[in-house]
Amino acid sequence: MTEHAAPHAHVVPLAVYFGVFIALLVFTGATTAIAFVDLGRFNVAVALTIAVVKASLVLLYFMHLRYTSRLTLVFVGIAFFWLGTMIGLTMSDIVSRGWFGA
Amino acid sequence: MSDHVGTLPAATAHQFDDAVQQRDASGLGMWVFLVTEILFFGGLFTIYTVYRSLYPEAFGHASGTLDITLGAVNTAVLIGSSLTMALAVHTAQVSRNRRLVALFLCATIVLGGVFLGIKGVEYAQKFHEHHVPGPSFHYSGADAQHAELFFCLYFLMTGLHALHMVIGVGLLSVLAVMALRGRFGPSYYTPVELTGLYWHFVDIVWIFLFPLLYLVERHS
Amino acid sequence: MSDTNYLNVDYGIRSWLLTVDHKRIALLYLGSITVMFFLGGVFALMIRLELLTPAADVVQADTYNKLFTMHGIIMVFFFLIPSIPATLGNFLVPMMIGARDLAFPRLNLASWYIFLVGALFTLWAVFTGGVDTGWTFYTPYSTVGANTKVIPAAVGIFINGFSSILTGLNFIVTIHRMRAPGLTWFRLPLFIWATYATSVIFILGTPVIAITLALVGVERAFHIGIFDPAIGGDPILFQHLFWFYSHPAVYIMILPSMGVVSELITCFARKSPFGYSFIAISSLAIAFLGFLVWGHHMFVSGQSAYASLIFSFLSFAVAIPSAVKVFNWTATLYRGSIAFQAPMLYALGFIGLFTIGGLTGLFLASLGLDVHVHDTYFVVAHFHYIMVGGALMGYLGGIHFWWPKITGRMYPETLSKIAALVVFLGFNLTFFPQFILGYLGMPRRYHVYPDEFQVLNVMSTAGASVLGLGYLLPMGYLLWSLRYGARAPANPWQATGLEWQTPSPPPTENFVVTPIVTGPAYCYAGEEAEVV
Repeated sequence: MTEHAAPHAHVVPLAVYFGVFIALLVFTGATTAIAFVDLGRFNVAVALTIAVVKASLVLLYFMHLRYTSRLTLVFVGIAFFWLGTMIGLTMSDIVSRGWFGA
Repeated sequence: MSDHVGTLPAATAHQFDDAVQQRDASGLGMWVFLVTEILFFGGLFTIYTVYRSLYPEAFGHASGTLDITLGAVNTAVLIGSSLTMALAVHTAQVSRNRRLVALFLCATIVLGGVFLGIKGVEYAQKFHEHHVPGPSFHYSGADAQHAELFFCLYFLMTGLHALHMVIGVGLLSVLAVMALRGRFGPSYYTPVELTGLYWHFVDIVWIFLFPLLYLVERHS
Repeated sequence: MSDTNYLNVDYGIRSWLLTVDHKRIALLYLGSITVMFFLGGVFALMIRLELLTPAADVVQADTYNKLFTMHGIIMVFFFLIPSIPATLGNFLVPMMIGARDLAFPRLNLASWYIFLVGALFTLWAVFTGGVDTGWTFYTPYSTVGANTKVIPAAVGIFINGFSSILTGLNFIVTIHRMRAPGLTWFRLPLFIWATYATSVIFILGTPVIAITLALVGVERAFHIGIFDPAIGGDPILFQHLFWFYSHPAVYIMILPSMGVVSELITCFARKSPFGYSFIAISSLAIAFLGFLVWGHHMFVSGQSAYASLIFSFLSFAVAIPSAVKVFNWTATLYRGSIAFQAPMLYALGFIGLFTIGGLTGLFLASLGLDVHVHDTYFVVAHFHYIMVGGALMGYLGGIHFWWPKITGRMYPETLSKIAALVVFLGFNLTFFPQFILGYLGMPRRYHVYPDEFQVLNVMSTAGASVLGLGYLLPMGYLLWSLRYGARAPANPWQATGLEWQTPSPPPTENFVVTPIVTGPAYCYAGEEAEVV
């Protein structure tokens, strides 16, 4: 075997779990509140940024991604990269359909 | 390999060299499965992105008809269930307290049930308002045609999410019984850990669904 | 040494249907996909029979639509996609990496049952009226137009998708976590690299086709119209999602074949592969780039010209790793001591046909030319050169090559060489005329055509009957060899690779002692030096 197999899983301190929980609740409140403020086109950006931060917290701490092998991180990265590719290349068609009558 | 008793470490299946390799393989397998889940939901997220970019106003208005309070409360409920799930894994990791593991699992089930209940209330409201796509669809706001598209996506995305929740509750129920029988402890808790990964993943999906469906255009 | 192997360790139907042995599951798959292959082949022959004459004399338009649809669905989803991964992959992955089984044997068995359920749904659709949407299920015809059995067929493919996903998941975890001591990544056989790349496509692409076809089903059943233009839905969006999987699916079919060919070429040229690491990495490069080219199916369907430009460029890019493979195989052959055994004939056939298929792919990736030949027989010929000339040749070569290991019997060599030639000739006679037909403007998916196309169509139909014979031959003599074939030694080809170090057929646990690997995968060069 060439990958490093952690013999024992990392035990995360309870304080971390509760901290993450509080942070997630705060972010939920924040994103809901900010939605009522008119930021123009930045509303979407802020909402998605907060969602990404929340998702990262869940991934890194609740799902122990911070403490598991790098291979797992690679797979998660690949999944989001592919999702981005699917959305990105599809949108490349949608947004450019009206250009110059093409 | 299924007849492990008490909190003894589970026997290693014949294809593995040792328990560490087995645990490692199971964990990687679950993560690879979650990768497929990301792409599975990803198809719907792609469709959402396309239609929202095509019909931003209709999506904004239609999103405004959703109950933001119920949506936000549900987000909090689901985050709470993720916490209890993490605590269940943690307890199994560090102690042989079978009751505590089962308690945290049951708390997760209850919170999952509350989430689904609130979701059901929301669905009932939508039925009542005729906002369910199909022949009986009726919408008084602007651009009813494209609003119907939004509601299609709303029901498909939340429906697929709810289906995953129901499956998760089923898995957790089995685990709770196993936990009470003392199957899990520091030497063997892989099923709790893997189901936890699944449950947190479902939570993450909702973390994106909430702003995308409920918070499109609240400020106008 | 005891005579117990995985085939005679246990008898009876139960011991097969409940087996968790990857080798037995490979045989279960082999049996089921062979049935599907011949069923799809019958549809193909009926298509060719109808096209023998310009008029509609065998079937009418509606029936013809169903014939090519069901030929496509069965061949793509129920034969080509599982073909090499589920049979040779299942059999060889653990053996080639020195493992006792896949990481999740019960999941492996489950994936076969899921395949069966999916196949039954599709067969139900086939035998209760058929589907006429084309295997591509384009909306809005598939959602609001067609009144054939679209839902059962879509459900069948949806279910079958999970079989692919579980197989891919199993391979990925197994290759990462269960390699024998000393077997580092760059000591792996090239077949493993190819299978790994295929598995990556399985897990990243298959979920998307599953959700997309599920949406087609939902739209038909509940009239919740995601792609329905009547409420502002975009049918072209369906094509994006469909081809996001279905283009990479072509690489699901061809990559394992490339892996097989890499093994065959090195063995029968008795040389280690030229540029091992380039062949290995090009598999991953193909898997990656293969995901970025799907828009080239949509050049004329309303996609924006700018997106088409991007997709055209990316499609040219995917030719690079494909060409790396072809050049490296050719360089491997250079100054090798080549033996023309039957598997080698298939491998050489693969290289030639894949090259034609690949180069015509570049024609189609060119925006201007594609407008001319889109939806003509040129496209049909192109993808059959890849899927049949490529994927199927590799599959047959692999089946012959590992037949002694799988069954413990040798196949009859002379007959096999003849069959390989018949397949090669029949294939070219069937599909080469279609390039010309397409270039002259004959559209695909029509059951009638102008008189001037008849000569070429007759050639194609004649070729199809030769090809059919070419497929029946191996079916016959391979079955014959099960009983009458010569007993196979452990390593009839003097090949390298861990699977040849264990008896034929192997014991249930694959290896009596877990092998320890100390060198690269191929060491033919060393043997050659000793002989000199």
